[in-house]
Amino acid sequence: MFAVIQFPGSNDDRDMRFAMKSVLGVAAELVWHKNPELPPGTAGVLLPGGFSYGDYLRCGAMARFSPVMTAVRRFAEAGGPVLGTCNGFQVLCEAGLLPGALLRNRDLDFLCDWIHVRVEHAGAPFLSRARAGQVLRLPIKHGEGRYAIAADALAGLEAGGQVLLRYCTPAGAVDETANPNGSIGNIAGVRNAAGNVMGLMPHPEHAVEALTGGTDGLALLGSLVDAVTAAGRSR
Amino acid sequence: MSVRREPSVDLELAREHGLSDAEWQRILELLGRTPTFPELGIFSVMWSEHCSYKSSRIHLRTLPTQAAGQGAGPVDPGSAAVGTVLVGPGEGAGAVAIGAGLAVIFKIESHNHPSFIEPTQGAATGVGGILRDIFSMGARPIASLDSIRFGPLEDPKHRMLLRGVVRGIGGYGNSVGVATVGGETSFHECYRGNILVNAFNLGIVPQDAIFLGQAAGVGNPVVYVGSKTGRDGIHGASLLASAEFDEQTDAKRPTVQVGDPFTEKCLIEACLEAMRSGDIVGIQDMGAAGLTCSSFEMASRAGTGIEMELDRVPRRAANLTPYELLLSESQERMLLVTRQGAEQRVCEQFARWDLEAVVVGRVTEDGRMKVRWHGETVVDIPVDPVAENAPCYERPIRVPAELGERQKLDLASIEPESDPQRALETLLDAPNLASKAWIWRQYDSLVQGNTVIGPGGDAALVRVKHEDGTPTDLALAMSVDCNPRWCWLDPYQGTIAAVAESARNVACSGARPLALTNCLNFGSPEKPEIMWEFAESVRGLGEAARALGTPVISGNVSFYNETRGQAIFPTPTIVVVGLLDDVQRHAVSHWTAPGLAIVLLGETREELGGSEWLAQRRGLEVGSPPTVDLAHEHRLHGLLADGVAAGEIRTAHDVADGGLAIALAECCFSGPERIGARVTLDPALRLEALLFGESTGRVLVGTADAAALLARAAAAGIPAQRIGETGGARLQIGSRAGTAWIDGELERLAAIWSRALPRRLEEGEGAPALAEETS
Repeated sequence: MFAVIQFPGSNDDRDMRFAMKSVLGVAAELVWHKNPELPPGTAGVLLPGGFSYGDYLRCGAMARFSPVMTAVRRFAEAGGPVLGTCNGFQVLCEAGLLPGALLRNRDLDFLCDWIHVRVEHAGAPFLSRARAGQVLRLPIKHGEGRYAIAADALAGLEAGGQVLLRYCTPAGAVDETANPNGSIGNIAGVRNAAGNVMGLMPHPEHAVEALTGGTDGLALLGSLVDAVTAAGRSR
Repeated sequence: MSVRREPSVDLELAREHGLSDAEWQRILELLGRTPTFPELGIFSVMWSEHCSYKSSRIHLRTLPTQAAGQGAGPVDPGSAAVGTVLVGPGEGAGAVAIGAGLAVIFKIESHNHPSFIEPTQGAATGVGGILRDIFSMGARPIASLDSIRFGPLEDPKHRMLLRGVVRGIGGYGNSVGVATVGGETSFHECYRGNILVNAFNLGIVPQDAIFLGQAAGVGNPVVYVGSKTGRDGIHGASLLASAEFDEQTDAKRPTVQVGDPFTEKCLIEACLEAMRSGDIVGIQDMGAAGLTCSSFEMASRAGTGIEMELDRVPRRAANLTPYELLLSESQERMLLVTRQGAEQRVCEQFARWDLEAVVVGRVTEDGRMKVRWHGETVVDIPVDPVAENAPCYERPIRVPAELGERQKLDLASIEPESDPQRALETLLDAPNLASKAWIWRQYDSLVQGNTVIGPGGDAALVRVKHEDGTPTDLALAMSVDCNPRWCWLDPYQGTIAAVAESARNVACSGARPLALTNCLNFGSPEKPEIMWEFAESVRGLGEAARALGTPVISGNVSFYNETRGQAIFPTPTIVVVGLLDDVQRHAVSHWTAPGLAIVLLGETREELGGSEWLAQRRGLEVGSPPTVDLAHEHRLHGLLADGVAAGEIRTAHDVADGGLAIALAECCFSGPERIGARVTLDPALRLEALLFGESTGRVLVGTADAAALLARAAAAGIPAQRIGETGGARLQIGSRAGTAWIDGELERLAAIWSRALPRRLEEGEGAPALAEETS
């Protein structure tokens, strides 16, 4: 079962549940942020997009203090897969579960658009259904998505293969014209050193049906389903 | 007893509150005494133009508010057929049955005056207010549109206003998690002293679970929920929205409220949860005139009274007086009536979302509004005379003396267009016709995962889900439209054209027009010429709504849109909502593939009055707007829905502002990839009318089966001609004889079109001439 954490101000929580339940056909539940525990049987945790606590303070800065985050941290430390999208990515960075931070977009404005990202490293648990170099078309919608990290930490991130997605042109070229928000190194998604926590600014849950714009988001969410299913079998 | 420094109430004070001498007399007679200061405040807001519709009601009564064939009596919401109007005007918003056990609820509302004074908060709270109208009826808001109008972008103030309004709409809508799926933006000198911000929202509710703003059940608790009450927005409705602007306008900034989308988001979720619990009897937004308006309206609808302890109202400012508490327009507040004994449970439910819910009073049977403060009765007035029997005026009407002058256009005296290519580029660069992507890219158009067609198309198309997330096959199409120049030249024809265009846009997606809402923006109703515009506009609205089978289910009137005596063009903003049975079968407004046949449905006439070409190329805003054949429109909409359902129509794009050449260009480059077109036309008309005329009732279609479509059109009695084919990287329009009128690379044309807005906003002082920009 996937736990979709619902903070006050989460907006994409129900969409994430829709993607998991109605499109991918796996169990997914909204879990209220005040719950001190994850529900029994939680095999994966999803932190959705939105404006937790209004994002009146730094994005995600309040949500990381929600009671459920203690349980999420425990879950991650035990190796459970955790995926944060958009505000969820910001929460994971604020919580220290992922390196780096997300700053105001280069052009200052909120930006909603379909963009392209290149898969830098394929493989479980987040990108087993993708191949390295593959270009995915996903939507972004954020005002604060400019990924930033200190130079030495960035070097470590690159060396460790932790940069999973980069903004690119439709043909897969990573250049400044394809960088929608000014992220360092065109970084759109990263994972932790252990490889079980990932954050990304694009919205895979909004790219799960041809009817509403495309299905490339399934490369990510489907991979997560595969990983959880495989873990369940081996248990 | 507390000591308050309240002014003594007399005629002079009543006048300062915007009440007329006759209205003051009426208050004295109703009460049989001089009102208290808080009572005077209540009368002034409840009888303001904004809250009472005192100048417009007599006209609005003529509008059709039910579906064709729907009986006059009340409907059984559980079993009503698709298209039945379940709730008409008078509630927070209107509701129509759409099938699958669901109803759609929608409304458009103005927030013009606040947005001119403080664009970001003004626009933001406009979005917040319309959302509360929708979810207070039990519906989950799923899609927003906006219609925004400014003065020329050469004016730095209006660049600032545009930026501010867009930031406000986006900041609120994005944060609250409701997709902004479309809208319209235009610029004209007439809005220099008075911008327009009209916000639309649409929600979905189980057909048999619609909530009304009723304070029913004597003894039931009245519960206050949401933000604490402050001093913001006092007299926003009565003094700001119900008077024109003058030199003191800036001093009214404190009457603008401040929005808190985070609280609104929590309110949406908490209210929807509470309404599902069965504990809620009635619920209403505390909108214009705040606590006063909501409690009066709720009691009036139920034929009850309300008793309230003002001391219990949560406050965020010290020393608030009863007057201020009753009239504050602090945002994100709701008034609920719960079942007796359920109040504790309801309050706990709101506490889960960290929202304050407090019992502030109870429903009574005496039909009076009684308000106590520190144990003392400060308000005691009968509900009905204030809420229901507000003044109603039949204001004098006069045809504007210069109307004939406005409508005079002698085409023979208009110099012919010598450079159609240049004309096309000028129009593509005109802010009114240019791409609005700079605006809508700042709006989350995807949240909730239902957006099939988002901003940039003719109509937005949104798939319908049940509350538990289960998708249906249904989709709703919606489009907001008005051509103010046409309405100024002829408010009756212009309004008919606005309804027709909105319905046509909806039909272009494949949906069948279902019902409409409207926001009527006008100048001062105290001027007979403005009242004439209004009456003519409402007459046109009623006629078009009847002819097209789209009842008027909700609406809003915004008068006093003028500054120092200068009124805006009459701007009746229309939103038609349509229903599509099978969301998989829909059309888009751009070419989907090369090699498709291009068919033009409808007839092009020699109509240039009020056209964008005439304005841009000849500097004239005169003539009569194009006529609308409503019977033709109705048939055309049916043809589109049938053709899309049959799979014959893949692209359908309304031919509107800028005419055929602009519509063709938009088909070529408003999609995800650019696809060119080669078109040949018969030069039977003046070239300008052929290329840039704005005859109504026309749609460009892209089809893989032209023969079938032409046959279908013939059977439906719609003129149709095959005019070209899609493909290539150029837009080419020429005569059958081989004359090339327009031949441009898409890349170049698209650049002009998409850069027109951003370059004007980026350039600090004025924009460079088109030639420098594009050569």
